[in-house]
Amino acid sequence: MVPVDYYIILSAILFSIGALGVLIRRNPLIIFMSIELMLNAGNLAFVAFSSVFKSFNGQIFVFFVIAVAAAEVAVGLALIVEIFKSKKNINIDEMNSLKG
Amino acid sequence: MTSELIVFLVLSLVAISSALGMLFSRNAVYSALFLVLNFVTVAVFYLLLGAPFIAMSQITVYAGAIMVLFLFVIMLLGAGSLAPTESLPWQRPLAILLAVILAMESTYLVFARSRSDLVVTAPDAALNSMDSLREMAMTLFNQFLLPFEITSILLLVAMVGAIVLSKPEKGGQR
Repeated sequence: MVPVDYYIILSAILFSIGALGVLIRRNPLIIFMSIELMLNAGNLAFVAFSSVFKSFNGQIFVFFVIAVAAAEVAVGLALIVEIFKSKKNINIDEMNSLKG
Repeated sequence: MTSELIVFLVLSLVAISSALGMLFSRNAVYSALFLVLNFVTVAVFYLLLGAPFIAMSQITVYAGAIMVLFLFVIMLLGAGSLAPTESLPWQRPLAILLAVILAMESTYLVFARSRSDLVVTAPDAALNSMDSLREMAMTLFNQFLLPFEITSILLLVAMVGAIVLSKPEKGGQR
C-alpha cells in the first residue's frame, strides 16, 4: 500500500532534476536527455493516477507521449548533427545567430 | 512498513540518484547510460503500478531505441566531453536554487492536497492478465482512434523531416 502522493512527489523531483539539467548544462545532447527525463516524470504521474482511478486513459496518454518523444528525438538529433556539420561545435553558447 | 513501500523507496533512491548522475557526469556517454538506468527503474515502477504494457514499451522504445540513437549521435559527433565554458557565472547557483524551490513547492502542494484514500495497491493477477491488455487495446482503438491515426502521421512527418535535414545539399549555397 503505497500512497499515490509518493509517486507524484517522485515525479515532481525527477521533473525538477530535468529542469535543472536544461538550465545548467551546455551540451545540447544532455539538454535533450533532460527533456526526456521531464517527459518521463510526467508519464510516471499519468500512470500513477491511472492505476489509482482504475482507468486506462492515463496509460493511453503515456503511449502517445512515448510516440511523440520518439518523433521529437529523431528530428532534434538530426538538427544537432546538422548544426555540428556547419559549425564544427555544438556548444549552445555558440548558437546565438540565426544565420547558418 | 510494508514490503511494497520498501521496494518503492529503494527504487526511487535508484531513480533519483541515476537522474543526478545523468546531470553531473562530465562525459555524455556516462550520462546516456545513467539515463538508461533511470528509464529501466521507471519501467519497474510501471510494473508496480499494474501497467505491464507501458513498462515494456518504455523499455523497448526509450531504453532501447531512443537511447541507442543518443549514443550513436554522441559517438558520431565525438561530443563525449565538451570543454566547460562558463559565460554566465551566476547561472549555475541560480538554476540550482530555482530547481530546489520548484521541487519543494510541488512537494508542498502534493502534501497540502493529499487525500489519504488514494493508495496504490499491489497489482493483482487479474490486472496483469491478457484480459486487461485486451481492455486497454479496446480503449485505444475505439475511444482514441483519431489520436492514434494522428500519431502515425506525426511519426511519418518526423521521419521525412529527419531524412530531409540529413540529406546532403545538392550544389549551391543554402
